[in-house]
Amino acid sequence: MLPFLARRLLYAVPTLFAVSVIAFVIIQLPPGDYLTTLMADWAAQGGAVESGMVEAMRERYGLDQPIYVQYFKWMSGILLQGDFGMSFEYGRPVSELIWSRLGFSFLLAFLTLLFAWAIAVPIGILSAVRQYSVADYIATFIAFVFLALPNFVLALGMMYVMSAYFGQSVGGLFSAEYVDAPWSLARLWDFLKHVWLPVFAIGTGSLAALIRIMRANLLDELRKPYVTTARAKGLDEFRLLMRYPVRIALNPLISALGWILPAAVSMEILVSVVMSLPTTGPLLLRALLAQDMYLAGSLILLISVLTIIGTLISDILLALTDPRIRLQ
Amino acid sequence: MTRPQPPLLAVRNLQTFFPTRHGTFRAVDDVSFTLERGRTLAIVGESGSGKSVTARSILQIVDHPGRIEGGAIELAREDGTVTDLAKLDPRGREIRAIRGKEIAMIFQEPMSSLSPVHRVGDQIGEAVRLHRKVTRREERDRVLELLRQVEIPDPETAIDRYTFEFSGGMRQRVMIAMALACDPRVLIADEPTTALDVTTQAEILDLIRRLQDSHGMAVIFITHDMGVVAEIADEVLVMFRGKVRESGPVDAIFHAPQDGYTRDLIGSVVKLEQKAGARVRPALPPADQPPLLKVENMSLTFGNGKTAVDDVSLTLREGETLGIVGESGSGKTTMGRCLLRIYDPQQGRAEFRRADGRVEDVLSAGRHGLKSIRREMRMIFQDPVGSLSPRKTVGEIIAEPLKLAGIRGRACEEEVCHLMEQVGLPPAWRERYPHAFSGGQRQRIGIARAISVKPRLIIADEATSALDVSLRSQMLDLMMKLQDEMGLSYIFISHDMSVIRYMCDRVAVMYRGRIVETGETGQVIGAPQAPYTRALLSAIPNPDPRNPRLRARFRHVPEAALA
Amino acid sequence: MTDTSSPIDTAPRDPGAAELAVAGQWTLFWLRFRRHKLAVVSLVVVAALYLVAAFAQFIAPSDPNQTNARFTYAPPQAVQLFHEGRFAPHVDGLAMTVDRESMRRVFAPAPEKPVFIEFLAPSAPYRLLGFFTVETKLFGIAGARPGDSLFLFGADRLGRDIFSRVVHGAQISLSIGLVGVFLSLVLGVAIGGISGFFGGTVDVLIQRLIELLRSIPTIPLWMGLAAAIPVGWPPLKTYFFITLIVSLIGWTALAREVRGKFLSMRNEDFVTAARLDGMSEIGIIFVHLVPSFTSHIIATLTLAIPTMILAETALSFLGIGLQPPIISWGTLLQEAQNIRAVAQAPWLLFTPAAAIVLAVLALNFLGDGLRDAADPHGAIS
Repeated sequence: MLPFLARRLLYAVPTLFAVSVIAFVIIQLPPGDYLTTLMADWAAQGGAVESGMVEAMRERYGLDQPIYVQYFKWMSGILLQGDFGMSFEYGRPVSELIWSRLGFSFLLAFLTLLFAWAIAVPIGILSAVRQYSVADYIATFIAFVFLALPNFVLALGMMYVMSAYFGQSVGGLFSAEYVDAPWSLARLWDFLKHVWLPVFAIGTGSLAALIRIMRANLLDELRKPYVTTARAKGLDEFRLLMRYPVRIALNPLISALGWILPAAVSMEILVSVVMSLPTTGPLLLRALLAQDMYLAGSLILLISVLTIIGTLISDILLALTDPRIRLQ
Repeated sequence: MTRPQPPLLAVRNLQTFFPTRHGTFRAVDDVSFTLERGRTLAIVGESGSGKSVTARSILQIVDHPGRIEGGAIELAREDGTVTDLAKLDPRGREIRAIRGKEIAMIFQEPMSSLSPVHRVGDQIGEAVRLHRKVTRREERDRVLELLRQVEIPDPETAIDRYTFEFSGGMRQRVMIAMALACDPRVLIADEPTTALDVTTQAEILDLIRRLQDSHGMAVIFITHDMGVVAEIADEVLVMFRGKVRESGPVDAIFHAPQDGYTRDLIGSVVKLEQKAGARVRPALPPADQPPLLKVENMSLTFGNGKTAVDDVSLTLREGETLGIVGESGSGKTTMGRCLLRIYDPQQGRAEFRRADGRVEDVLSAGRHGLKSIRREMRMIFQDPVGSLSPRKTVGEIIAEPLKLAGIRGRACEEEVCHLMEQVGLPPAWRERYPHAFSGGQRQRIGIARAISVKPRLIIADEATSALDVSLRSQMLDLMMKLQDEMGLSYIFISHDMSVIRYMCDRVAVMYRGRIVETGETGQVIGAPQAPYTRALLSAIPNPDPRNPRLRARFRHVPEAALA
Repeated sequence: MTDTSSPIDTAPRDPGAAELAVAGQWTLFWLRFRRHKLAVVSLVVVAALYLVAAFAQFIAPSDPNQTNARFTYAPPQAVQLFHEGRFAPHVDGLAMTVDRESMRRVFAPAPEKPVFIEFLAPSAPYRLLGFFTVETKLFGIAGARPGDSLFLFGADRLGRDIFSRVVHGAQISLSIGLVGVFLSLVLGVAIGGISGFFGGTVDVLIQRLIELLRSIPTIPLWMGLAAAIPVGWPPLKTYFFITLIVSLIGWTALAREVRGKFLSMRNEDFVTAARLDGMSEIGIIFVHLVPSFTSHIIATLTLAIPTMILAETALSFLGIGLQPPIISWGTLLQEAQNIRAVAQAPWLLFTPAAAIVLAVLALNFLGDGLRDAADPHGAIS
């Protein structure tokens, strides 16, 4: 287990490095450097810019130096001081803007995965065990429709139905009175009342994919000889199903986390924009549209890094549940 | 048997059918037999004979959508009660109480028949737990005892291991331990040794026999191997296409078979127990003529550090058939592939005497040299499915080497027809695709492709091992006919001593990458010199119940067989 | 594979086998595919959708960019087949009033003012498929009078016909799938081929790169790249850039597929046999390897098209992909970006959404059927 863990962690290092380079490239993509944008912005607002300050910032970000120095300065700022640069649109350090939103983003992604798993596993099992039954056809068809429906369209559609037919305005993660309130049972309840809709809208695609995977894997496993062996021991059908084929068919589902998580994070961004949730999605979109590149780059960097960490965790989970990976 | 007692297990007119799109497939059709206490019944037949479905019907574990359509399966108990298993609900409590407790079963593929993610001790323990009230401690003690009974070394460690950490023979021992968990009165063994090497097979057969004696179990042994039947069975049931062709005591089946199919089956096995009959073959060239192929000190080590071929030296004379025999992992296949440079050995020479008398080293030949050598030196593959492209017609497959040799158009077409006739296939079938052919026919196509460019040496890698026994001797006869017609030489790689004996002039025995013994086939088989050869030969079941071989077995490096 | 039949049985094993015996790979592929009824239906749907895209100008009754302030948010007009007992397809005209309170236009069907539909209606000349000049549309208003309207799927904020816009949007949305898949194919086959061909370090590096790209959430990455497209770029350039961005992820799946197939096929016995026959490596690739996995590649490509369509839709919806006046299903959905617009005119959301779902669903079913049919060991009968 330890060598596996060490190897896996070692693999993550170049990945993290590459992600940081990609984020940096995205920051550099728009024409002109950050300071010119900033000064143009300040000038447009009629503010005077002290020349000393510009010089200080030029120095701080190494803007007059070669590109790799700029990268190095940016990276070391993040790693050593937690300094992600300035957001010119908000006029505040990026680090002040992002953490709570990132928290909500990943809370949503996590809840979505939980939701998708909790629904997909039983439906997948049912679908496989009763292959070609009415239930199987319905589950399969719904899964395909969910795969075809863009999540943000689903979110919009649900919001429309909720407001047109149930007279409820939906959107956000809290009612107005709880947005800035400290956490309490009432606030948690309010949160739960709001969160199910985005979780559903984000999760359907992953849910459908997981149902398909679970069904296909379980169908494969059900044909394996060890099922016959267990049956010949005298095990009853339900315990047999749960203890052997389902147990083994769950492994690919765990490894599917590796790509379901990035997908959920992507979908979360889209749905958040539609439902104006206090997560990274709307912030990232606004930052990109306003070319507030340090904010946008930092968000992309952090979202990617957290996703990679999530993938790493799924790998470790898989190794814990599957001895073949752990021991070979 | 003085008092009138019903047989332990009586199967009467059993019918197990599989509904399919094209009607009902009668996998088991009107099968009856009885099994007495402590005896061994062998059910024998070729693939598709329904022997395995019969065995599974007893425990009602036939794969979906098969189901028992009629008949009775009566299990008699010590207290005189009799239960008809065929009447029980396949998912019900009653049949589950019998499975694993009164009747236990072991299967062919010990790897896939055990769960890869549960510890060995857990899987064996489950069988105990299901039928007895035991504490964790008692369960573990029982599992350790069972592991000791099946002679797994170091049971204290083995109990917490996973199946993929064991070898094939050890896995089958684990299966047996699991089956013995509740001291069943009947053990059904469904081809338990088919996936194993002969020396391991001998160990497992030994173990089953000893356990049978000590536990007083009755055994139903499903197999396609007549040698195994002769070694272990008391009674024999011969099946063909779902029906019983003949049943009776083992001696009568082997020495006085009544049914035509049984006679053919025994005949084809016995035929392979000796050298092929008289052949009209061109005289071998005088011994002083330089050999066709001379391999010296060839070695190959793979990237993972495993030495597959270790300092192998061989000679092959013109027109001769050299057998290479060895168990799985002995390096025989790799060695054959090295000779054709599918793999590149790191060391050694392989001097091939060309048609014009020049001698070339195959192992150091350049691209063009190799291309021309490969026209004289061809290969026949083991797997008749994988070795033919599913996307080409048979005509195209056979024509491919011809076209690459520059023969095209009408001449090529005619040659293909001629080749198909030569290997016994109607030339009219050349427009068909491989999927339309049976295994034996596909292997003929493979042979036609190999001989199409008039080679002088053919390396045949397990060319008959994917075929049923009745087809094997036909294929060997075909190869020998071609040898006589075309003056071919063969290097014939096989794990099966009987086909080697039937076919080969000389034989080389491989073990762990090395050649441990070479000699005239008769001599090696009659008076083996190397300890491994003796062990190998004495582990081969003898298809004659009057003269079992395994009981006086020579065991060489038992730890290797156990490892 | 063992033999269940008796030695050299010359009789075919079951009736009909004689035809199957000479059936080539593509015939078998088709036979296997045909068994998936849903996939066959999907094939028809996909073909129909691409035909609609190709002949959008002919099928759309009005110019998708023609605005009409009178008909802001006009609702869909349902087609009725009979008028006063005669077969005469028509829609009810629209009666418009202004709600004084909300200052909104309110439309009501006016059965007394039917608008009749004429097939192969004359129209202003336009160019079809880029080079035909045509003066006929599939259908239009018969004898149009001022105030007549034909909004099968309703109208948008500027009174443009949603039906015509969705039909025109199919051109961009469906073609972006094809072009994106083509780019992915080129990238995937080239990079996957390099990976499989060179092996060793190159292979490891490319595999790492693919893993990296797959572990990054795609939407933020696409957003970052798409946001860098200058606003002033011409539509065509934007279109290609967006396609490029979308296929930036798509190629990884293909490259894996190609490499995996390459590696597993390389060791198949029949490939070894061809090598021993003296066939060159290039010959083996084109005679044996490529035909062996073409069907798989086609299936994978088909399954990749919907992901491209969805990606374009998502980016355009966010306003960082294609921009109006380009019409795609994604830019159409931009109109429905906020819930107020949806509440007032739900057809803004549901019409393009239905088109997307139909296309993606059909392509997915088709791809699934193709994939099953591509398995050479699948049952045929």
